[in-house]
Amino acid sequence: MAVDRLSLEIPDRSITVLVGPSGCGKTTTLRMINRMVEPTEGTILIDGVDSRQQPVNILRRSMGYVIQNAGLFQHRTIIDNIATVPRLLGWSKDKSRARARELMERVGLDAALAKRYPYQLSGGQQQRVGVARALAADPPVLLMDEPFSAVDPVVRKGLQDELLRIQEELGKTIVFVTHDIDEAVKIGTMVAVLRTGGRLAQFAPPAELLSSPADAFVEDFLGADRGIRRLSFFSSAGLDLLTAPIVAVDATAEQIAARADAGAPYLLVTDVDGKPLGWSEPGRLTAGRIDRGQLLSHGRPFVAGQESLRAALDCAVLSPTGWAVAVDGEGRAAGVVSQQAIGEAIRGAHEDSVGPAKVLR
Amino acid sequence: MSGFFDIPSDLQHSWWGLIGLHLREALLPVLAGLLLALPLGQLCVRVRWLYAPVLWVTTVLYAIPSLAFFVVLIDYTGQTELTVMIPLTVYSLVVLVPAIVDAVRSVPQETLAAATAMGFGPVRRYLQVQLPIAVPAIIAGLRVATVSSISLVSVGTLIGNQGALGNLLHDATIYNRPELAWNAVITMAVLAMLADAVLVLVRVLLTPWMPSGAGRRTTPRTAGTRPVPAEPALKDAAR
Ligand SMILES: Nc1ncnc2c1ncn2[C@@H]1O[C@H](COP(=O)(O)OP(=O)(O)OP(=O)(O)O)[C@@H](O)[C@H]1O
Ligand SMILES: [Mg+2]
Repeated sequence: MAVDRLSLEIPDRSITVLVGPSGCGKTTTLRMINRMVEPTEGTILIDGVDSRQQPVNILRRSMGYVIQNAGLFQHRTIIDNIATVPRLLGWSKDKSRARARELMERVGLDAALAKRYPYQLSGGQQQRVGVARALAADPPVLLMDEPFSAVDPVVRKGLQDELLRIQEELGKTIVFVTHDIDEAVKIGTMVAVLRTGGRLAQFAPPAELLSSPADAFVEDFLGADRGIRRLSFFSSAGLDLLTAPIVAVDATAEQIAARADAGAPYLLVTDVDGKPLGWSEPGRLTAGRIDRGQLLSHGRPFVAGQESLRAALDCAVLSPTGWAVAVDGEGRAAGVVSQQAIGEAIRGAHEDSVGPAKVLR
Repeated sequence: MSGFFDIPSDLQHSWWGLIGLHLREALLPVLAGLLLALPLGQLCVRVRWLYAPVLWVTTVLYAIPSLAFFVVLIDYTGQTELTVMIPLTVYSLVVLVPAIVDAVRSVPQETLAAATAMGFGPVRRYLQVQLPIAVPAIIAGLRVATVSSISLVSVGTLIGNQGALGNLLHDATIYNRPELAWNAVITMAVLAMLADAVLVLVRVLLTPWMPSGAGRRTTPRTAGTRPVPAEPALKDAAR
């Protein structure tokens, strides 16, 4: 039996991720929703109505379906691929194509691709076409089966961000299958971890999943760096950013001297606009003659308040000085923070979130 | 000594007339074979266990010499073109049925799943998704069937001047005019090449969606273009 007595309530207008080891019945579960697989027993209710109440093809046209490798129709142009379901619903050719063009823009596809055929597109573009095609008839439900697993990590991240953005605008009810726990944690509003046989191991929001896995199976599935990953859910807003150890490249000798004992072993040098250039020991800086080539790299900065503690910690770990650089939205240095300070913030955040959870149990 | 294009009067046709006749006798059976093979092939795809027996029957029919067909048919259809075209239709099935079955089966599973998930009914899915994607492989089969049919028409000579260009071979011996045999062989070869070229052109026109240069070769993305084995065409030499 592929899926045994799975009971799941999928919340409206949010992304529910099904995740689990290969062969645990994720695809089967998804296919039961649009009746490509009929359950031998039990029912599937959509808005409280049994899915078997309406003709199967009507049901399917009301659900977008996206699969790995997009499953595009190789014999149809991109625009006609996207217009498929509107055409099935009896829309006119012009109206369907107009709608298809609109969707190409929404998923970030260049309009020049409209008349191309699938083989002329990259994997990432094809996947976008797959998403656009699923959205074409504005279905309330979207079923996605490992849609991004065949593209490289950079493109995948782009597609995930795009999906989140589209979801913000459209508010669909999305069921998303993946075997990548990082992807599940990133995009899921709720995450269902399945074990072999389609049995539910845990159904929880991602932060809760990471902080309190239900059992050893889930814990194992979440992997060794569960703690680090969990930091993604803590904002960097609470960090104490120091602005004292920052000097501009045109600073005077007094300014440099004043900041030398600001509490940091290094000073961050910025350009005249305030954008970080690199680190230097105070003693090596001579006013008016700061050589940019001599500065230590400042690594990748994090956006203060916007990015998580995970990003901040990552910056600090990668920085040659052990200090992370925080920037504002425009890329100007907003402050610097040490690994130690980040560590304290992490401890504080854990106490805040784990504390009440423990009381509840 | 008469010229290369002087056709003996017993054939009642000019050279061009023989060409027209030859094409009709060769191509109509392929068309009829295609119309039979499409539903038969689809049936074999749907009902898996049927494929092996159907293939076996077409092969056995192919093994029956045309003369045997004529002996049976001549009582019903007389010494007509039809008597020649019926066995040719049957012979074309040995190529077309497997070609169509392979073509339809080679449509990627995920494409079919996507179509089903979008709410295509079975008929619409066959006509709008499976068949168009199968076109290159079906045409590959048609090319073999067409070329073999063009050479097979000659057997019509056996029932009295129904072999079109093939009749020239017979006349070459009775009138002792070897150039007629050359004429027949060369004309048939040219016709075969032209018909083949036309089919390639049709394929190119029907499949703007295929990567150019992929041609008849199977590439990972267009798995629907497997070439059909050409042995049946080679076996024609025996007839
Ligand atoms: N058409 C089918 N008929 C019978 N059994 C099937 C069928 N498809 C899948 N199964 C079985 O059902 C089980 C669950 O398969 P399913 O495809 O749902 O797994 P999955 O979780 O999607 O795995 P993966 O991550 O590898 O895609 C497997 O044991 C598989 O062998
Ligand atoms: Mg699967």
